[in-house]
Amino acid sequence: MTDDVVKNRKFMRSIFHSMLRARLLENKLSSLYKAGKIVGGVYLGKGQEAVSATLGTCLIPGQDFFAPLIRDQAGRTAFGEPLIDCTRTYLGSASGPMRGRDGNIHRGRPTMGMPAMISHLGAQVPVIAGMLFAKRLQGTLAGRVGATCVGDGATSTGAFHEGLNLAAVEKLPMVVIVANNQFAYSTPNTRQFACHDLVEKARGYGIGGFAVDGTDLFACASVITEAVQRAREGRGPQLVVAHLLRLSGHGEHDDGSYVPRENREDHYGRDCIDIATRQLIDHGLATEEEIQSWHQQFADEVQRAVAQAQQEAVPDPYREDWSALSSSVSPAHQHSNQKEPS
Amino acid sequence: MSVTYIDAIREAQETLLREDPRVFLYGQDIATFGGAFKATKGLAEAFPNRVFDSPISEDAMIGLAVGAAIEGMRPIVEMQFADFSSIAFNQIVNQAATHFYRTGVPIPITVRLPSGGTPGSGPFHSQSMEGIYAQYPGLVVLTPASVSDAYHMLIDAVALDDPVIFCEHKFLYRWLKAKSIQNDHLPIGQARIVRPGKHATVVAYSAMVHEAVRAAERLHEDGWEIEVVDLRSVKPLDMDTVLASVARTGRLLAVGEAFPWGGVTAEVVARTVSEGFHLLDAPPQRLNSRDTPVPYHPKLWAAHRPTPESIQEALRKLLNF
Repeated sequence: MTDDVVKNRKFMRSIFHSMLRARLLENKLSSLYKAGKIVGGVYLGKGQEAVSATLGTCLIPGQDFFAPLIRDQAGRTAFGEPLIDCTRTYLGSASGPMRGRDGNIHRGRPTMGMPAMISHLGAQVPVIAGMLFAKRLQGTLAGRVGATCVGDGATSTGAFHEGLNLAAVEKLPMVVIVANNQFAYSTPNTRQFACHDLVEKARGYGIGGFAVDGTDLFACASVITEAVQRAREGRGPQLVVAHLLRLSGHGEHDDGSYVPRENREDHYGRDCIDIATRQLIDHGLATEEEIQSWHQQFADEVQRAVAQAQQEAVPDPYREDWSALSSSVSPAHQHSNQKEPS
Repeated sequence: MSVTYIDAIREAQETLLREDPRVFLYGQDIATFGGAFKATKGLAEAFPNRVFDSPISEDAMIGLAVGAAIEGMRPIVEMQFADFSSIAFNQIVNQAATHFYRTGVPIPITVRLPSGGTPGSGPFHSQSMEGIYAQYPGLVVLTPASVSDAYHMLIDAVALDDPVIFCEHKFLYRWLKAKSIQNDHLPIGQARIVRPGKHATVVAYSAMVHEAVRAAERLHEDGWEIEVVDLRSVKPLDMDTVLASVARTGRLLAVGEAFPWGGVTAEVVARTVSEGFHLLDAPPQRLNSRDTPVPYHPKLWAAHRPTPESIQEALRKLLNF
C-alpha cells in the first residue's frame, strides 16, 4: 500500500503544490508583518507543511470535515481554502470570511466543513466529533472523515483528552494529528509530557495510533493516507503523531532563540520542502524545471491574493452590526453605553 | 393531577423530540437512567438514538453540541449540575458564544443548567451561574420561575438560533406544582409582573420570585402593596418592564440567589439608576447570597441565600427611607 501511495503521481504532486503554496504565502505574510502591514500576530507552519498538506489532500472537500489549527496553512490550501481567504483575514479586509471580526489563523468556513478555530488548544477536537455525530444522526455518516490538527502542547489540555476520549467512545471516523514540533511556544517536550512518544496515548484511548517522520513527505503520504483510510472504513478514531521541528518562532514576533542549535541541526531540523523536492525529483514524480515553474506560478498567485486584499475596504465601525446574536430577541432591550465608536 | 416544574421540563423535551427531528439530548446519565433529576425519564426508550449518555466531559459535551449545531442539529445538553458547567466554560463562552459574530453561522444549542441551592447540597451542587454567562456577548440566558414558563421557555430556547443557557432551579423541580401547563407564555426577553403593587418593586427571577412573593404577602398584612417583577430572562433584560414598575412605585429592590459581587441584581440596579434616576424616591437596593461558597448545612444554607424574612427586612428599610 505504501508504495502505491507514493507512486500516485497526481496525489504526490498535489500535496507538494499545497506545501509550496503555503510556504510562499507564509514567507510573504512574514515580510508583510515585518513591514508593519499586518496588525496582530502572524503564525507560520514552516516545517509542518508535509504533514498538514498530506492530511488536507487526503480529505474530500464538500464531504469531509477539517478543523485546522495555527500551523495548517498547507492543509487549508489542500482542503480547498482559497489563498484570498488567508490574505483577506490577515490584512483585515471586510470582504474576508471573518470581516475583520477575527484575524489571522482564526478563520474558517464552518458551513463548508472547515470550522474556525478558537485560540484555546484542543477545543476543536470535540467540535469535529460533533460534526460527525450530527451526520450519524442524519444517516449520512458513511464514507465521511473528520480531522483536526494540534501540537504537542495541546495534548496536555483537558479539551484534547475529553474530545479524543469522547470520539473513541462514539467510535467516530476521526483523525487527530499531533504535530510534535518539540516546542509549545518556548516550552520544550521535557516540560510538556513524560511518556516516551505521544503516540503511546492512542493505546490509552483505545484508538489507532501512528508515528511518522513529519519531515519526510513520502512517510507522511503513506502513514496519513492509511490513518484516514482506516477512519473512513469505520475503524474509529486514529491518532497520528508526526515528529518534526518548528522552523520559525511561535509567531513572527518571536525569534525562537530558545530552540537549541542541536535541535535545529538534528534529523528533524531539516526542511520538509527541501526533502520533498528531492523525493519528487529522485522518484520521477516531477522535474526540477517543473518545480521551478511552480515556484514562479505560486509566487504570482500569492502576490495577486495580497494585492487584492490590500485594495479592499476594511470594516467600518459606523456600519458594523454590533450584535452577537442572530435572533432578534427584543433588540430594543439590548443595552449599550456606546452608541457610536469613540 | 398536577404538573411539577421538572415534569414541565421533561414534557418540553418530549415535545421537542417528537416535533423536531433536529433535536437530540446529550448529557451524563440521561439515557436509560433518565438523568440525575429524572428530567429525561423514559425519553431514551420513547426516542431511540435521540438521547445519549455522555462521558464525564463537560468541555467535550459542549464542543460536540457546537459541531452538531454547525451541521444542522439542535442539541439540548444537560449539565448534571450548573456548577459543573465551569468545566465547559471555555466551549460555552469562547466557542459557542463568539461563533455567530465571528463567522455569521449561528449555534442553536440549549444548555440546561440545574441551578441554585437546595438544603444539604453544599458548595459544588448549588451554584447560580446566570450572571457569569450573561456577561458574555452571544448568549441568551433564561431563568424560568413557573411551571408554564419552564415548559414554554425551553421550547422557545430550542427554537432560537443562538446558544441559550437555560437555568432551571433545582429547588423548584418538585416543590413547584401547577394544575396544568398554562398557555400564558410571553416572548423571550419579556418580564412578567407576577404581583401588582404600588409602594415598592421587587425585581427577581427563578426561585427568588417565590421568596419575594412570600415577603410581599407578609407586608400586605401591614398595608404595603409590593409589586413583584419576574425577569424570566436575564439576558436579554427587560428594562422597559422594570422601569415602568419603578415609575409606579418609586422604589426598587433587586433580589438574586447568586453571589453578591456584580451579576444580575447589580445590572438591574445600575441600569435603573442610569436610565430611571428621576423615577426613584429611595436608593435602589440589592439582596443576594452571602459572599462565601454555598454552605452545606441546611441552617447555614438558609441564612446564606435571600429568604422571605431577609427580603421583607430589606423592603421595610426601603419603604421607610
